[in-house]
Amino acid sequence: MATRTFGQPIRRNEDPRLLTGQATFTDDVHLAGMLHVAFVRSQYAHARIKRIDTATARAMPGVVAIYTASDLGDYWKPGPLLVPPPPVKGLIFNARTQVPLAKGKIRHAGEPLAVVVAESRYLAEDAAEQVVVEVEMLPAVVDLERALAATSPLIHEDLTQNINAHVVQQKGNYARARQQADVLLKRRFLYDRGTAAAMENRGIVAAWDAREEQLTLWDTTQAPIPIRNGLAAMLGLSEQQVRVIAPFIGGGFGPKIMMFYPEEVLLPWIAMRLGRPVKWIEDRQENFFATTQERGQVHDAEIALTRQGKVLGVHDIFLHDAGAYAPYGLTVPLNSQCTLLGQYDIPNYYSEFTSVFTNKPIVTPYRGAGRQHGVFVMERLLDLAARELGIDRVEIRKRNLIAPDQFPYNNAIIYQDFAPLTYDSGNYLPALEKAVEIIGYNQFLSEEQPRLRAAGRSVGLGIVTYVEGTGIGPYEGARVTVEASGRVSVATGIGTQGQGHYTSFAQIVADQLGVDVRAVRLVTGDTAAFYWGAGTFASRGAVVAGNAIHAAAVAVRKKILKKASDELEVAEEDLELVDGTVREVGAPETAIKLGDLALRANPLRGAVKPGSEPGLEATDYFGPERGATASGVHAMIVEIDRATMMVEIKRYVVVHDCGRVINPMILAGQIQGGVAQGIGNAFYEQLVFDANGQLMNASFMDYLLPTADTVPRIETDHVETPSPLNPLGIKGAGEAGAIPVGPLFAQAIEDALGDPTLEILEIPLSPSRLFELLKAHSEPRT
Amino acid sequence: MTERTPVTVTVNGIQYERSVEARLLLSDFLRHELNLTGTHVGCEHGSCGACTILLDGAAVRSCILFAVQVNGRAITTVEGLASDQNHLHPLQEAFREKHALQCGFCTPGILLTLIPFLAENAQPTEQAIRTVLSGNICRCTGYQNIVDAVLLAANPLP
Repeated sequence: MATRTFGQPIRRNEDPRLLTGQATFTDDVHLAGMLHVAFVRSQYAHARIKRIDTATARAMPGVVAIYTASDLGDYWKPGPLLVPPPPVKGLIFNARTQVPLAKGKIRHAGEPLAVVVAESRYLAEDAAEQVVVEVEMLPAVVDLERALAATSPLIHEDLTQNINAHVVQQKGNYARARQQADVLLKRRFLYDRGTAAAMENRGIVAAWDAREEQLTLWDTTQAPIPIRNGLAAMLGLSEQQVRVIAPFIGGGFGPKIMMFYPEEVLLPWIAMRLGRPVKWIEDRQENFFATTQERGQVHDAEIALTRQGKVLGVHDIFLHDAGAYAPYGLTVPLNSQCTLLGQYDIPNYYSEFTSVFTNKPIVTPYRGAGRQHGVFVMERLLDLAARELGIDRVEIRKRNLIAPDQFPYNNAIIYQDFAPLTYDSGNYLPALEKAVEIIGYNQFLSEEQPRLRAAGRSVGLGIVTYVEGTGIGPYEGARVTVEASGRVSVATGIGTQGQGHYTSFAQIVADQLGVDVRAVRLVTGDTAAFYWGAGTFASRGAVVAGNAIHAAAVAVRKKILKKASDELEVAEEDLELVDGTVREVGAPETAIKLGDLALRANPLRGAVKPGSEPGLEATDYFGPERGATASGVHAMIVEIDRATMMVEIKRYVVVHDCGRVINPMILAGQIQGGVAQGIGNAFYEQLVFDANGQLMNASFMDYLLPTADTVPRIETDHVETPSPLNPLGIKGAGEAGAIPVGPLFAQAIEDALGDPTLEILEIPLSPSRLFELLKAHSEPRT
Repeated sequence: MTERTPVTVTVNGIQYERSVEARLLLSDFLRHELNLTGTHVGCEHGSCGACTILLDGAAVRSCILFAVQVNGRAITTVEGLASDQNHLHPLQEAFREKHALQCGFCTPGILLTLIPFLAENAQPTEQAIRTVLSGNICRCTGYQNIVDAVLLAANPLP
């Protein structure tokens, strides 16, 4: 029997290329005659354009062309609405999407106004500086509540208010739950913006081959196929004339999704117009304005409980910061709305949100994609309730967990994939108990903390839970081919940004075909290699593409068995696939190399029998009816230096459940990296906008990312509840690590500071913000 | 057009002679003039460490040096660490073994930050590793596996 690699920590196939500097990233693409592009971007968040004068810039050496919105003619169009609003009754939705170059009006700082094409990037930037932009400044809309005031300036002047959407979803009857409750707690919760800060900025290389009538685009996108389809339509080309390659991508985290960013739309148009290849590589400062961001929300939430700590209902009204345009529909606020309920059996829920346009960069999903906010509100409400009722914080969670026999658990509202929010499977209590045990919850609270406190040290513990809807549809596909060389090639449409797809997908195929993982070569992110697909987002790569690859590999296995059965005159059930061969069970001398079999299945003479296909190849697809719900528990012990308010993480434990695990080494890496991003989000990173909508910290000098000396070792453990929604039983894991870190910090810090009246109701925090909160708390209330 | 200055530099043991604008960044010179694209650019202001190379054996950031400043000097980039993909440098092997990279964009800079560090600290502590790594940002791994890879490289299994 072949060794099963599924579940094994297999070393990655892609690493040698990456470690030796041989992997191709977008900026590594160099084409003969290539021109370089720089953008003129708005210095203002909200303004009317009076004049853009490009004459001086155009006359500069090396400048080939400069375009403004008026030069684009019919090609100037707002970008597509990528995700329509869900079928929720009474929903209001005003679609306003980004434009390639601002025309008439500027809606956020950094919005592109003109594009300069020159012989080098240096010359393009020189010329961009000489483009004169005259504007009439308008008051900026920055604050979410003030954005909705009747007196607020309008960002999209054809609307009567700065409202992108208004959505109400309900489960049960919260008003009745409120009447029955012993305790009601209501608070305001704030969550502010951060940026994904992938180490590789965005970039695009576009080349038009006029003889072949073929457009090739290298693009730092997570979703090359939708980009190909969209660009073909915009440019009036057949999809077959457009090839989009998402090569190695230096981190995605959401903002590199199928955005149809202005640069993505303009570069191909310029390449076709000038007949020369063009390249644009975003610089880090541009990335702070021109790449999408996330996380601004304000929640007014109330929880209704019995005296025993059973949650009767939650009522939440929140504002969501959409930024200047909302091309990605309502995915982020819907995730907040749907993830709030978490692991808990909550019979009554009222959730209402207003998505608000502001003069800030565009908001689209960033790792966690709105789930953070919901988890923050719910976990904080439970902490406050535990405190109010004198119940232990782990105990109050246990009293409300969904029980194993309640699955599939229907939350009676609509999720971001437009399917009912039904959890497929889960087993929450063992994970919570495991985390309690590993972190030493009882011992810490009863012994260690009192001892350290007596010694004057401020130590505290946090423990929170979360769920994550993962692996949503619509579908992915894959083609698996056994080549005459014996190597196996796999093509799929999703992009890859470091998740280890070259290895985990190879494992799935290797197990079916009895070949070495290293003999399986994956091609992904190239529309010429596979035509159909959606992309890498929503923790769906392993679930959806993984199962499509599995299905295709199973089909190839069947072809191998059938062909070998004919060749060896042995029944299929008496054959086995081992070491790259197929043979009669226990008879190594009968082995045929898979490569040889592939050759025999694709003969140059003779006939391929009717009803059969040449070669050993199959294409298959997988589309889940709805997403699979992963879950987990994070626990942490911190110590606070009261002189500096620096929070040091002493221990960090993650127990999580993403169903069956393909490669535990890769999975642990995803969790560790997610937690590091969560730590940044909770305690280091905040995009600070002033009242004019100017970003005050648009550099890595001013915007703090977690570094090796601040991110602790993450201890991980697992509970495995397979998903019944896909044959491999897997659930997504890419975003999990980043989701619950905010409420974990809040709870642990409160615990460490030891003041039972202090409430931390906002994220991100920082040492200086903790100082401010403590100062405000200690001042006498008036 | 613009005045150019001759530069002679040895990169990975090969001597190159070029004539460049004085303002050309060393990172752009390596990537776009010499086509050594393994050196990556993450921030262009010296704070992320992705573009780190060795200049006469010392780890420096190539995005805050001009090409003309390295005239007559010797550089090692990530392309100079291994003879080919099947014969990795022990530190590269350790990175693969411990899954110390995900997207791999920051990896060349991290490898080159660590090489002189390991040469001077044969048996580094975890804290010392974390301190030297603190100038390199990795957005994917959470650093833990990088630390473990360095420990493995310093203490290879028998």
